[in-house]
Amino acid sequence: MSLDKAAVRAIAELARIEVADDELDHLAGELTGILTFVEQLAEVDTNGVEPMSSVAAMTLPMRKDAVTDGGYAAAVLANAPDAKEGFFTVPKVVE
Amino acid sequence: MAYLIQGETGDWEIVIGLEVHAQVISNAKLFSGAATTFGAEPNDQVSFVDAGFPGMLPVINETCVEQAVRTGLGLKAAINLKSVFARKNYFYADLPQGYQISQYELPVVGEGELLIDLADGSSRAIGIERLHLEQDAGKSIHDMHATKSFIDLNRSGVALMEIVSKPDMRSPEEAGAYLTKLRSILRYLGTCDGNMQEGSMRCDANVSVRPKGSTELRTRCEIKNVNSIRFVQQAIEYEARRHIEVYESGGTINQETRLFDSGRGETRSMRSKEHAHDYRYFPDPDLLPLVVSQDFVDAIKATLPELPDDKKARFMAEYGLNAYDAGVMVAERASADFFEAVAKGRDAKKAANWVMGDFFAAMNSGDYSWEKPPVSAANLGRMIDLIEDGTLSGRLAKDVFQFMVAEGKDPAVIVAEKGLKQVTDTGAIEKAIDEVIAANPDKVAEVQAGKDKLIGWFVGQVMKSTQGKANPGMLNELIVKKLKG
Repeated sequence: MSLDKAAVRAIAELARIEVADDELDHLAGELTGILTFVEQLAEVDTNGVEPMSSVAAMTLPMRKDAVTDGGYAAAVLANAPDAKEGFFTVPKVVE
Repeated sequence: MAYLIQGETGDWEIVIGLEVHAQVISNAKLFSGAATTFGAEPNDQVSFVDAGFPGMLPVINETCVEQAVRTGLGLKAAINLKSVFARKNYFYADLPQGYQISQYELPVVGEGELLIDLADGSSRAIGIERLHLEQDAGKSIHDMHATKSFIDLNRSGVALMEIVSKPDMRSPEEAGAYLTKLRSILRYLGTCDGNMQEGSMRCDANVSVRPKGSTELRTRCEIKNVNSIRFVQQAIEYEARRHIEVYESGGTINQETRLFDSGRGETRSMRSKEHAHDYRYFPDPDLLPLVVSQDFVDAIKATLPELPDDKKARFMAEYGLNAYDAGVMVAERASADFFEAVAKGRDAKKAANWVMGDFFAAMNSGDYSWEKPPVSAANLGRMIDLIEDGTLSGRLAKDVFQFMVAEGKDPAVIVAEKGLKQVTDTGAIEKAIDEVIAANPDKVAEVQAGKDKLIGWFVGQVMKSTQGKANPGMLNELIVKKLKG
């Protein structure tokens, strides 16, 4: 699989990373290299093998439905650059 | 009777699928120990997990899983003993993790079915595609500042069930019936409070149209977050007509997300960002597969309450109610319980008439609820007994009912205190009739000359002079006998 400039631009936008136009070719080459490397896995025959979504041979541990956390708005907001009246604030986003 | 919209080129059929987000009733959030109650101070019910702080790990809430399985069973759906959580990636200010933990390829609940009840008394099965568990996002508030949006993360991480129907509905009415029934089932199960105004149940509608008789599925549009059943129906109707206009003028529909403007009664395109739908799902590496045992599922199944459809069928069989009356009675668990308490050992049709008539009217006229009804089921039942044993006529019972609402007393006490016992003594009724006849010789002459309409007037006068207490059947009979006799 190889990526072109347009695909790299789209990926950068999804990741919210600013990439200058003159870097796109170079990144397309690098990312294509990574994908090609990983694609070697496709050589293994996985017919009849159940997909593995975790390497740990255990199932999800569960928690009781009890309120044990929260109640520290000041700590949650401590690093927010512009908290007002107990809220985080961001540049206005309206749809 | 199929619902069709008439266009210029012919008749069109609507194809509707609904996605409902139902907030799970639980004390704590899906993956953190923060509280879920509505209306707390901003960011007070937020853990570092919910705020997406680095290094924080999600741990699933057992009760939320149980609630999802319970809902799946209530929808007669397949329960997947193994399911997987996935990350749905998108960038938005009220999504601090940068992704929503959801389920994608392997949801906890698979295909099921829901029976909708239509106005003509018929029922129809609508397919359920899946139900999965996911996190809710935070809340953005746009009207508190000129240039800033305010973010409250209290809702961030609260458990939601996304319930997806198959595209089986064909009219706004069916969509409304689906939401009504789903809401009723969720409330019976106690898995979601179903409150659309507060946003604990939200609906997205997928709408497309096709020419009558066609089986193709054309491009659909998704209408987001409509907050009442009535608005969902309006939005579907508007959207379908819009599609038909576009097709008939030679245009094409693009798949997109639209908003419903309830003020204008129309849908409009959301400014869709490029790649907005590229969610890049992948299994969440922080969470192992969710595995539940068949015993866990069976234990939940054993505690399921009698659900609305079964209850409706039983009310029809056991109490002889028609489909409509039974449907009204079972809409809420509390109304069904109330009705049963009144109907037990009595004439069920009479009980239904009183509950659906005077009782519902009283319920709606003041600050009442099922916890605090205007009249208790026991008192309403005793009042019906008084009608049956002849103490009260239907007319007097209506008065007694009003006194019960006002004073909360036992109906027998009210009858005694107010002297509202029905008069069934022939002599007393005859005496009252004779007085009216004696006072109105001219009208008597008119009746005898053939003006039968005036008989009703005589009945009214006697009722008035007996303060409504005369037995209506006897009164009618005696008056006719005396005037026409």
